[in-house]
Amino acid sequence: MSSRYIRQTSLKDFGPDRQSKLFEAKVLVVGLGGLGLPVLQYLNAMGVGTLGLMDQDVVELHNLQRQVLYAEKDLGRLKLDVVHEKLKAQNSQTTFKLHDTFLTKENALGVIKEYDLVVDATDNFPTRYLINDSCVILNKPFIYGALHSFEGHVSVFNHQGGPTYRCLYPEMPNAEEIPNCNENGVLGVIPGIIGTLQALEAVKVLTGIGEVLSGKLLLYDGLNQQLSKINFKTNSTNKKITQLQDFYEPVDCDIVPSVSAKTFQSIRESNKVFTLIDVRTNEEFKENHLDEAINIPLSSLDAIEKHIDSNKEVYIICQSGKRSELALKQLRTVHPDLTFYHILGGMNKMMTVCP
Amino acid sequence: MTILLFGITKDIVGSPTLSVPTSSVTGRKIPKTVKELKQFLGETYPELNKLSSLAVAVNNTYAEDNETINSYDEIALIPPVSGG
Repeated sequence: MSSRYIRQTSLKDFGPDRQSKLFEAKVLVVGLGGLGLPVLQYLNAMGVGTLGLMDQDVVELHNLQRQVLYAEKDLGRLKLDVVHEKLKAQNSQTTFKLHDTFLTKENALGVIKEYDLVVDATDNFPTRYLINDSCVILNKPFIYGALHSFEGHVSVFNHQGGPTYRCLYPEMPNAEEIPNCNENGVLGVIPGIIGTLQALEAVKVLTGIGEVLSGKLLLYDGLNQQLSKINFKTNSTNKKITQLQDFYEPVDCDIVPSVSAKTFQSIRESNKVFTLIDVRTNEEFKENHLDEAINIPLSSLDAIEKHIDSNKEVYIICQSGKRSELALKQLRTVHPDLTFYHILGGMNKMMTVCP
Repeated sequence: MTILLFGITKDIVGSPTLSVPTSSVTGRKIPKTVKELKQFLGETYPELNKLSSLAVAVNNTYAEDNETINSYDEIALIPPVSGG
């Protein structure tokens, strides 16, 4: 340990005491995408003792352009598993806590309370507001980073009585206002820059060095290499949150968790235990279906009760992917404790990937 | 007065900066507060009116709607961004 971190412990303003603070720290990183990866790689390299990883996506081809920890051979694998593997190899002294879930209203407070600091590396407004409100309730600081094409935001919210995300943006924007993150796009290197800045702020908060970006929004514009800082104050109303909202509806990027047929096929071929619900009509089901599928037509979804339990992920399939999406939207409001995915392209697509 | 545009506002206006006249020959009302500025810009760029959540900074400090603005102020429109 002593020589491992010597390049930073030898810094007069860092030293072994700060290194110990990093080692004692527990940091949760929500989102293993463009922002989360650089945050984790640096915090892990620098010796943060406990790192919580949270995501439920799999690695997809269009991730590789900016999520540089992933390789082509990782396509279709759970990000959580890939990141865990690579970070373990990077630093065997770190304790990793894996959260195989998305952050939800149901799990947010329970998960976040176990950590000293949260890094918001998500890609949607509902989760950002959920992180904000949870951190205010639990009195935890969090490091915010967000992107838009060639630009990025960084700030530290709820730090030592400082302002929160809602002090900048009191209410969540509507779905139509801000372009869907998938539509809008981002230049590959930008999340690397913003995520690295988030990692730096995390280290500052944990060790008490420097001047933390609290009450300041850092705006980075990659096209002209311009950094601006906007000062903002605490609006005390936003510090008085005592419970989470009833809904953090996905307004931006309406998140209907889905998997591609190809990914689902690889899940079928793995040893993973799951439930597959086919929501087509009985007639369609008789025509053809996947062996493990249970037929519960969209019109009688209530019958799903006896087939599902919270330990298993539920996959939903139909002919083309439309009814399964509809079914998912209905089911997740009735069963918020369960994890649902629908299969893109439905049986049409599955037929092309099934051997 | 110069207005710096970020995020979607840059896309809406189609330029990273915008200049707002500080004296009017056309009789158009010159904005004196943040709120009036938003209205003024919304007339020219109606898409901006759709942004329910839009932070405005005057001289690098977050400004509420009722804040007054002057011709020499540097103003920034900073909509929320969500990508990650």
